[in-house]
Amino acid sequence: MKRLPLVPLVLLVIAVFVAARYVPHFFDARYLLDTSTLYIEVGLLALGSTLVIVTGNIDLSVGSNLVLSACLTAMLMRSGYGTFAAVTFSCVVGTVLGAINGLMVAKLRLPSFLVTLGTMAAYRGAAQAAMGAKSIALPDGFKGIDQSLVFGVPWPLVIFLAIAVVSGVLLHRTVFGRWAFALGTNESASQYSGLPNDWTKIAVFAYTGLMAGIGALLMDSRLAVARHDLARGIELDAITVAVVGGAAITGGKGSILGTAIALFLLMTVRTAMGVANVKAEYQLTAIGALLVVTVLASEFRRKSAADE
Amino acid sequence: MRTRNIALYLSIAAIAAACGPAPEAGGGAANTIVFIPKSTGNPYFKRVDTGFENASKDLGFSFDSQAPATADATSQLSVIKDQVQRGVAAIVISANSPDALNQALDQARDKGVVVATVDSDLTGNESHRDFGVLPTDFSQIGPSQLELLAKSINYEGDFAILSATSDAPNQNAWIAGMKEEMKDAKYAKMHLVAVVYGDDEPQKSSTEAEGLLTKYPSLRGIISPTSVGLAAAAQVLENAGVYPGGPNTKGPGVVLTGLSTPNQMKKAVDKGVVASFQLWDPADMGEIAAYLAMQVKDKKLTLKPGDEIDVPGHGKVKVGENNVIFAGPLVTFDKDNIGNYDF
Repeated sequence: MKRLPLVPLVLLVIAVFVAARYVPHFFDARYLLDTSTLYIEVGLLALGSTLVIVTGNIDLSVGSNLVLSACLTAMLMRSGYGTFAAVTFSCVVGTVLGAINGLMVAKLRLPSFLVTLGTMAAYRGAAQAAMGAKSIALPDGFKGIDQSLVFGVPWPLVIFLAIAVVSGVLLHRTVFGRWAFALGTNESASQYSGLPNDWTKIAVFAYTGLMAGIGALLMDSRLAVARHDLARGIELDAITVAVVGGAAITGGKGSILGTAIALFLLMTVRTAMGVANVKAEYQLTAIGALLVVTVLASEFRRKSAADE
Repeated sequence: MRTRNIALYLSIAAIAAACGPAPEAGGGAANTIVFIPKSTGNPYFKRVDTGFENASKDLGFSFDSQAPATADATSQLSVIKDQVQRGVAAIVISANSPDALNQALDQARDKGVVVATVDSDLTGNESHRDFGVLPTDFSQIGPSQLELLAKSINYEGDFAILSATSDAPNQNAWIAGMKEEMKDAKYAKMHLVAVVYGDDEPQKSSTEAEGLLTKYPSLRGIISPTSVGLAAAAQVLENAGVYPGGPNTKGPGVVLTGLSTPNQMKKAVDKGVVASFQLWDPADMGEIAAYLAMQVKDKKLTLKPGDEIDVPGHGKVKVGENNVIFAGPLVTFDKDNIGNYDF
């Protein structure tokens, strides 16, 4: 019973048309593509979070992982290593940091909320310990990926779409994806069916870590500077996007397409309110309301589908 | 399948609704200055807003203040991009980060937007903005504080300084400034008996202030150039009742002054515990930044270090290294004027 993530899709359609009609300066492709680069790191973390949430877990440490990977990569580049080394390094660091979460969740049987609450503090603390209060500038050749375009589309957006496709195939078209859903739907049932639950847990956390590692590279290049206090609160944005996209915090439900649509919804709503000069406090309220409305609508839709 | 249909109808309705007239394309913001504070809900930045609003009436531009919800290093990025898209003439920002905003500000300047900082500059990255307006000339704070105390004790008697931490660079620079100024003959009968450190903690500051009162019975004055210290010392003087005119005062009493915001000191001033204290007025930064931004935008002015510019209401303003401009001078707040300020 494969269903389109209708709730976020409808909200996105409404948001785009309302913004295009009522907000001057909003409907400008170059501007929209340019601002999209601010949301790509959130989007990547949301893709990873979708997998983790599908298995019935949560990863609060994704933002700290991203910052630590970004800082360590910047330090590596400062000591003279080139772009290829930096890309490899950041992906490995992110994946390892993610896998550490997965190992603790799988092997020590600890709740993922507690494990990642701990590593959220620990990874950011490590970034601060490594960098102090200073920032590190990235080399000129590495800067500005958000300003370089392919057929008019900024590279980060292209990268996000490609990774979304890969994640979608992984979650919805592979055996691994089936294991993830099985784990999140009923852990003991999948245990008794002989599914490799531990391995699945470690893999989804490692995958989220990889997303953080790639996000770290994009952020380093976009801001041209790394610092321990960047990307604060990004984990909550990522989880919000995954949930708005239809992922159920209780596990067993979620879709990559939904998450991608939810990212564009968040982008549209924030950008439209920003360019309409809506005050920040009302923007926060609106985003919160959006989350509640989506969750309620999805719940209503699920119930009425069950009635039929 | 009912809900799916409802959803589809909804989207069709939305599309239909959108097929109305397109919003009129702008030009509306071309004469607008936007100020981007560090975050929302800070009275200090509201006072900067007041400065811009005053200037907007005189200079005929429209003004918006658009803060990010949090004071994160990068929370101002989307605000900058959105305002550039609106087509504002100038962006004035209290930067949350000295370096993470560089790219976005460069983009804004490439599109012809004037970019300036107030209160918090892009230290080390000044080339990414046109000019920066800082609160006041910090080298004048020490002498100005000393003179404020000296006047109220007739240039005579022992006094002490209650500072923040012993390694706070600003505090130490101001204290050094006071000591230097003490060499002036008119302060010959004044003696600095102690410099104590309350570490900007209320409890420790109170203990230090109490210590000063017991240790130096002849103490005539305390200068506390930090708002935490000043508030703590005011409470100590009130409890002991030894301020000028206080219930337990023998002789002329202990005069307390320092640096703080009017809102934090209003009660102490109303009760007469503190007669006067100082701070820069954040509105000055807004007024000066607004005037300079409009001049730069209209190409009536290119700023360079060493220039002196006549800013209406502020006299000659000096452009320093890296196009840094000091607003100010310090304002002395007392019973008569404190009601005019809300920050």
